[in-house]
Amino acid sequence: MTAVLQAESLTKNYGRRRALVDCTLAIPPGHVVGLVGPNGAGKSTLLKIACGMLAPSTGTIEVLGDRPATGPAQLARVGYVAQDTPTYSNLSVADHLTIGAAMNPRWDATLAKERVDQLDLDPKQKAGKLSGGQRAQLALTMAVAKRPELLILDEPVASLDPLARRSFLRHLMESVADNDTSVILSSHVMSDLERVCDYLVVLESSRVQLAGETEDLLAQHHRIVCTRRNAEDLPQGLEVISAEHTDRQSTFIVRGEPRLRPGDWSAEPLALEDIVLTYMERAADPGRRPTSADPEVGR
Amino acid sequence: MIEFHLDPHSGLAPYLQIVRQVRQALLLGLLSQGDQLPTVKDVVAKVAINPNTVSKAYRELEHLGLAAAKPGVGTFITQSLGQASLADHGPLQAALRDWLEGARAAGLTEPGIEAMFHNTFSENSEEE
Repeated sequence: MTAVLQAESLTKNYGRRRALVDCTLAIPPGHVVGLVGPNGAGKSTLLKIACGMLAPSTGTIEVLGDRPATGPAQLARVGYVAQDTPTYSNLSVADHLTIGAAMNPRWDATLAKERVDQLDLDPKQKAGKLSGGQRAQLALTMAVAKRPELLILDEPVASLDPLARRSFLRHLMESVADNDTSVILSSHVMSDLERVCDYLVVLESSRVQLAGETEDLLAQHHRIVCTRRNAEDLPQGLEVISAEHTDRQSTFIVRGEPRLRPGDWSAEPLALEDIVLTYMERAADPGRRPTSADPEVGR
Repeated sequence: MIEFHLDPHSGLAPYLQIVRQVRQALLLGLLSQGDQLPTVKDVVAKVAINPNTVSKAYRELEHLGLAAAKPGVGTFITQSLGQASLADHGPLQAALRDWLEGARAAGLTEPGIEAMFHNTFSENSEEE
């Protein structure tokens, strides 16, 4: 099956600033992908490259098997909702749907109308008068009704209150269930990503730190708590992501199956948020990297 | 019809949380043979979770022999769990009560008892 997004050594520079460095990814289809990272980590840059609004400085990228925005056919297959879910504030809800129908070859007018009804949006209302949650829903409607195979959403829920956020995600998941759409969604609200994403890409310091199916990531990472010892004294085959020591205790976050002899160890699973934060902290502060072993990032 | 919920801090994969909730509903008698599980679309529209998660949970339930999919209709419970609900396991509960008394008599306190249960439980699950 063709990857939804295949990137090889993708790099983007804005002048001297490196927004994205050596990004290599192969995201299989049929997932809701969470792109997570702090502000300025390169999330928006990666998403803009994926939908063809930016050209990479070096490296290659294919989206649904084609270079982004190579023609009308490729554009029709990808739906994109930019940061802060922009709409045309002087145009009515109905106007938006008219434009959508005129500009998208695969536009599903029935679906668009159904969604507007379901959301209780007044078709005559100007978009500028809608609440933040309604505007986000309108932007999602526009993107979904073009029947894309891939939906790219840049921080769609960042500015919404918790209720509007949940409602937005419910509608998004419903449309994924209906149409088998693949989704790439950036956010820094981990609790949202944990609910809806089954694939995670962690960006920090312009680099991919971690990528994989959430279930695998959950199964592969453990927290080991033991009496104080060095990382080298852990069983072989564990990649140490972080190590912290007090005078008598050591806490390691490791990747791999900890086959420990019973005794003074305990190994427990980690919540996704803890895993993500561990990788981000490591990337943000390379000095804390616990072992000299070359960590395999970006797998 | 039952409803699912998600505990983000359980450390348990979301699809396993759904499997567990179905098992618990069976044990509590909230679900029995022939009952329909909510459709994938209904679940995601309600709980705001990934549809793949729900599908995977339902496949796992089929694999466990607890549910079966009828194409185009939905997923149905095919058997009640272990013929008996929790309330019917009086002797087991009595044995557990005895064991707890023994543990306390041996000087174990609650955290110790909990740790011993978890360790033994996870060792046992690994062996299976």
